[in-house]
Amino acid sequence: MTEEVIIAGFGGQGVLSLGKILAYSAIMQGQEVSWMPSYGPEMRGGTANVTVILSDEKINSPILNEFDTVIILNQPSMVKFEKEVKPGGILIFDPNGIHNPPTRTDIKIYTIEGVKEATKLKNTKTFNMIIMGAYLKVKPILELDNVHKGLEKSLPTRHHHLIPKNIEAIQIGMEKVKPYEVSQAHLLN
Amino acid sequence: MEEVHLMKGNEALAEATIRTGVDAYFGYPITPQSEVLEYLMNEQPHLRTGMAVLQAESELAAINMVYGAAACGKKAITSSSGPGISLKAEAISYIAGAELPCLIVNVVRGGAGLGTIQPSQSDYFQAVKGGGHGDYKLIVLAPASVQEMADFVDLGFKLAFKYRTPAFILSDGVIGQMMEKVILPPQQERLTDAQVDELYGDWATLGKKKNKPRNVITSLALKPEIQEEHNHHLQRKYAEITKNETRFEKINCDDANYLIVAYGASARISQKAITLAKEKGLKVGILRPITLWPFPTEAIQEMAKQVKGILAVEMSAGQMVEDVRLAVNGKVPVEHYGRFGGMIHSPTEVCNAVFEKLVNC
Repeated sequence: MTEEVIIAGFGGQGVLSLGKILAYSAIMQGQEVSWMPSYGPEMRGGTANVTVILSDEKINSPILNEFDTVIILNQPSMVKFEKEVKPGGILIFDPNGIHNPPTRTDIKIYTIEGVKEATKLKNTKTFNMIIMGAYLKVKPILELDNVHKGLEKSLPTRHHHLIPKNIEAIQIGMEKVKPYEVSQAHLLN
Repeated sequence: MEEVHLMKGNEALAEATIRTGVDAYFGYPITPQSEVLEYLMNEQPHLRTGMAVLQAESELAAINMVYGAAACGKKAITSSSGPGISLKAEAISYIAGAELPCLIVNVVRGGAGLGTIQPSQSDYFQAVKGGGHGDYKLIVLAPASVQEMADFVDLGFKLAFKYRTPAFILSDGVIGQMMEKVILPPQQERLTDAQVDELYGDWATLGKKKNKPRNVITSLALKPEIQEEHNHHLQRKYAEITKNETRFEKINCDDANYLIVAYGASARISQKAITLAKEKGLKVGILRPITLWPFPTEAIQEMAKQVKGILAVEMSAGQMVEDVRLAVNGKVPVEHYGRFGGMIHSPTEVCNAVFEKLVNC
């Protein structure tokens, strides 16, 4: 099994940390991983993305131009990455702030109201874990147990008391993710 | 059991310097290598091994601190990216001329000038052909994984001390910034002053002893007869290094009809590209130079007898390709492909280039 995924959004949304937790969780189940960030002036407000590859085999290129799964969290990333989903692959997006929703019909598309759900939880920092939940529901490639261990590994000890909140957010993401039909575009916002 | 870590290439290299028993790191921040200094500052290695870490006032200061530490037989390292390495070039030439061991790391970004902070491989000429003045060579190692970023610290120092010459790690923004699994090297003790004296007392400047003449470290010999003899000595040493230390990896070369020569990030990207080529029925192998100097000339000559064409893939306008052409000496076509200026070629682009430049031409 090899899963090639890119997570793309704004800096500050927790895009890189989400990728890191994915990578750590995969290591916990004995897989090979690669994590390649866009780096540079992309701090809060700019665009940020991370390519994560999880595999049972040794990983060759950390740089990819098409993905099994593309997770899109802002409009600029939709423009850039919708076309990079492999035919038959998966696109997951948060409709918040998306004014040109995806149009491809040769891929499976899902929505997750990550911003709304995080606001409901009164904790916007859980946003990326809600997205993680949506992803794991659609692509159940990681055992929740290993995600727990992955969180323990990637968060500093002083933040370990927050792990249950993160797991709760993952479960909300799993519940709230919905399939999306391209013809529903007019229903968004 | 060995503990598996998930680290950036820069972090793995930084942790490896502590574990390799390095005495001192002197550096100055620049993207995309800043994590080296950041990690070392945060880790406070003076509490672990007594290793000194200093953010110097400039790259010039940092490399001259390395020069001084190396003259005393200490294991000293510095790291930077292209613009900083250019500033260090004068001292690197002095260190090579004075025959001192040290390790210099370049995590390459796009140039020329201040360029961009995105990955590139356009400092090949600078690392391999000089950069500084005079007839000197650096042993240039090109890591293609986070694991090699860690492993090449020890290898670099071993070679540097074995031949009393500076070693150089030519990495790039991809390998420096990416995270993957790494098994860190075991902790080595730093050498004591007595051990340094025993091992390097015949050349290191450790203070004049009663029964021995003073050790002098210099790159200056004004009399041309002496300077010529010194240069002959350096060239004999470089010939010895070429004979003993050329390193490379062959991937899927056994029945290949075409060959890619690529190092660092481009070697990783090319591995995906050759699986795409295989799906289209084309057998392409990769020869990955691990040492860029000494260059695996003979291995490439051998492959030229087997394949119909060779593509040098590098994130530059075409630098290493010149050494590939010299090795092949016209026997088969040698072409170059690469995005540059901070752009990274994709596996598909590399695969297409094999077809366009070698197969359908």
